[in-house]
Amino acid sequence: MHLITEPWPWYVAGPLIAIVMFTLLLIGKKFGMSSNLRTVCAAAGGGKAASFFDFNWREDRWNLMVVFGAVVGGYIASHFMGDTTVFIHPDVAAQLSQDYGIHSAGEAYLPTEIFSTERLSNPLNVLLLLVGGILVGFGARYAGGCTSGHAISGLSNLQIPSLIAVIGFFIGGLTMVHFIFPLIF
Amino acid sequence: MRYIAYFAIGVFFGIIMFKSEAASWFRIYEMFQFGSFHMYGIIGSALALGVIGVQFIKRKNVQPLNGGTMNLQPKNKGITRYLLGGILFGLGWALAGACPGPMYVLAGAGYASILIVILGAIVGTFLYGLLRDKLPH
Repeated sequence: MHLITEPWPWYVAGPLIAIVMFTLLLIGKKFGMSSNLRTVCAAAGGGKAASFFDFNWREDRWNLMVVFGAVVGGYIASHFMGDTTVFIHPDVAAQLSQDYGIHSAGEAYLPTEIFSTERLSNPLNVLLLLVGGILVGFGARYAGGCTSGHAISGLSNLQIPSLIAVIGFFIGGLTMVHFIFPLIF
Repeated sequence: MRYIAYFAIGVFFGIIMFKSEAASWFRIYEMFQFGSFHMYGIIGSALALGVIGVQFIKRKNVQPLNGGTMNLQPKNKGITRYLLGGILFGLGWALAGACPGPMYVLAGAGYASILIVILGAIVGTFLYGLLRDKLPH
C-alpha cells in the first residue's frame, strides 16, 4: 500500500511515462498532450476561421479519449491514492514564502494563493491563469509540441528540432521564474 | 474497443502525472529553481528508456500491432519556430505551473481554477491558428 499512497519517486514515474509512449507507438499513435487542443478548436468549428483547423478532426478523436482518461486518472489519484500534499526543497519553500508570499508549499498540491477557488474572485489572479494558459497553448502549437511531444517523444527519437524546443522551454521557464515572478508577485 | 484502450492509457498517464507530482505547480517552480533532481529525474529516466526503445524499434523494424507505420517521422528542420514557440511555452509552463497533460489531470483532481488555464490554452491554440501565416517559422 505504501507504494501507492506515497508520492512516486522519479525512477518510478519516468519509466512509466516511457511505457505510455511505447504503448501509444505500438498502437500506431504518438505521445503528445497538446495536439488535442487543436482537435478541440477544429471540432468547435475553427476551420471556418483558419485553415490550420480545417482538417478531419474526427480522425483525431482518439487523443480526446486520452484526455478524458487523464481527467479520470487525476480524479482517481487525488481521491483514492493517499495524501496529496507536496513537499518541495525547504529552501525553495522558504524562498517562495519570503519573496512572494506563497506560504502553502508543504501544505497543498497546488499553491492555494493562486489556485484556490476563492482566488477566482481576484481579477489579476484570473488574468495570470489565463495568460499562462494562452502562452502554453500558443507556444505548444508554434513549437509543434509540448513537454510530452518534444521533451519525451522528440528527444527519444533524437530530433534536433525537439532539442531546440526544449532549450526554448527552459529559456522561457527560467525567465519567468527568475525575472518576471519578482515583478508580478 | 480501441477507444477503451486510449481511455485506459489516459487514466494510467493521469495517475502517473499526479502521483509523481509532475502536475504540481510547486514541482515546476522547484525545477526552474534547480531545487531538486525530481523533475529532471522523471524527464531524464523517461528519455533514457525512450532513446533505447526507439533505437530498438528502428533497428528491429518493429511495426504497430494494428498495421501501418510507426509514428516516428522526423520533425521538419528549422530553428525559429522551435526556439520562439518553445520560449513562449516555457513562460506559460512556469507561470501556470502546468503543461497540457497535467492541466487535464488537475481538472479531474477538482481544481476549478485550472479550467481557466485550459480555456487559455484553447484560446492560445486558436490564436496561433489565426496568426500562423504571419509568424516566422
